[in-house]
Amino acid sequence: MLSFLLRRVAQMVPLLVLVSLVVFALIHAAPGGPLALYLDNPNVRPQDIERLRKAMGLDRPLAEQYLAWAWAFVRGEWGYSYADGRPVMDRLLERVPATLQLAGISALVAVALSLVAGVVSAVRRGVDRAVTVGAIAGISLPVFWLGLVLQLVFANQLGWLPSAGRTSFAGGGLADRVAHLVLPVIVLAAAHAAGWSRYLRSSMREALTQPFIDAARARGVREGQLVSRHALRYALLPFVTVVLLDASLMVSGAVVTESVFAWPGVGSLFTESLAKRDYTVLMAFLMCGAITVALLSLASDVVVRSLDPRLRDAA
Amino acid sequence: MILRGALRDRAVLAAAIVLGALLLLALLAPILAPYRFDALDLAQRRGAPSARHLFGTDELGRDLLTRIVYGARISLSIGLVAAVLSVAIGVTVGATAGYARGVADALLMRFTDAMLSIPTLPLLMIAAAVLDPGVPLLIALVGAVGWMETARVVRTEVQSLSVREFVTAARAAGARGPRILVRHVLPGVLPTVMVALTIAIGRGILLESALSFFGVGVQPPTASWGNMLYQAQTTMSSEPWLGIFPGAFIFVTVLCFNVVGNALRGGENRT
Repeated sequence: MLSFLLRRVAQMVPLLVLVSLVVFALIHAAPGGPLALYLDNPNVRPQDIERLRKAMGLDRPLAEQYLAWAWAFVRGEWGYSYADGRPVMDRLLERVPATLQLAGISALVAVALSLVAGVVSAVRRGVDRAVTVGAIAGISLPVFWLGLVLQLVFANQLGWLPSAGRTSFAGGGLADRVAHLVLPVIVLAAAHAAGWSRYLRSSMREALTQPFIDAARARGVREGQLVSRHALRYALLPFVTVVLLDASLMVSGAVVTESVFAWPGVGSLFTESLAKRDYTVLMAFLMCGAITVALLSLASDVVVRSLDPRLRDAA
Repeated sequence: MILRGALRDRAVLAAAIVLGALLLLALLAPILAPYRFDALDLAQRRGAPSARHLFGTDELGRDLLTRIVYGARISLSIGLVAAVLSVAIGVTVGATAGYARGVADALLMRFTDAMLSIPTLPLLMIAAAVLDPGVPLLIALVGAVGWMETARVVRTEVQSLSVREFVTAARAAGARGPRILVRHVLPGVLPTVMVALTIAIGRGILLESALSFFGVGVQPPTASWGNMLYQAQTTMSSEPWLGIFPGAFIFVTVLCFNVVGNALRGGENRT
């Protein structure tokens, strides 16, 4: 297991290098590079820009700059936000809890929804068509538009739920916090539940054709048990993998959902920073996103190995 | 063939008809649109849907239906061309990896996995913000991030096709690698490619609309369904029609492409 883990972590390195190269190249391809923000500012004189360029090492060869940046990033020196001068890591970390809360709850809701929808549509042919239509519709929904429409209906028209933010201005108790979560969670969960339920449906279908299901049925196992105990266990393995591997979609979804609902998480920090061309924050965000995705894909490998005895013994 | 079988399903037929109508609408925009693209109706600014303006008007008094019809040209063509591009990349990478095997295969698939784990939307948003792209570059960006699934599926199929008897027969008849791949193996992948293409069009339209929604995609005065939503998001409560209609067009279009794609895949027939 240990050697497997080490091998997998080693495989993450080239991936992260690739991501960082792409991001680094992009930002330096921008007119004005990382100093673009100051170029538009009439209070910053050309001499100042030249001085900043020297101070930040922007006059050095690109390869040297990249290595310096990468080494600093590894040591946890992520630089300072251009927008407010605070350390990038502080700005990101203070936003993490809100994002974890939203993404975590949404993922749980989506898993629960897709478990029910996937199993039911695999087993009950009569319901299958309706669930299929719902799932295809869910995949086709523009997430931000769903958010805008839900805001319009439930916040502006009916006034049942708050339209944005994490709490009311006054703070508010548990009920207030939950009310603020409802719409963003629906939006973020809907997109994922649709895709995941399709996946579970097809792996349940496959599971139900396996010989061990016939064997269990011959032993007299009841149909309900057959589905929930035997088939679901078999189908759950690829399902877990897909859920964990979809993390990169979750990052994209969080960016959209958080900015529509002004949710004070990492995703809305990203859109704010994009508007301000705050490149140090943007780079750190993308690196953290890629690292999260890589870690979750590692987690999915570990889960699969610990759930599937065949793989465990082979190693 | 597959398409004819799929069209027997009424939902799929309806989706195909809607798509046909949308394409026609986009092609014939100057004839079908009720007003000129930039016509202003200053007496009717921010007008709610009415007999004169079916979908209402925006803050400059431009007819929303007209803008949606013209926006269809941009949104559909970005979706279509980006899909062709991404499927072409996917087939090239997948077929090369599946046929070559060995080191080339391992390298290509590692690269594919790496691309899959990059959060696409934020990366594209940065790229679009930095490069300030026109429509062609935007198409290239959208196409460049959507090819990975196609590459994986095509690779698996090419692998299994290239050990079949007819390939051995072709080799025995003196055909060389590239010719075998193009003439004998790739035609067998065509149904998969059609499915990938249909799904990719919908995904491309969604991606373009998301970029434009954040103000880094198609730039005004060019209208796309996405950037109409960008302008509408702040006035959702006072002029909801400006946001509802463009979004509904995105939703219905992507839905129809996905319904057709699902039917081509045989999703309905197998049940």
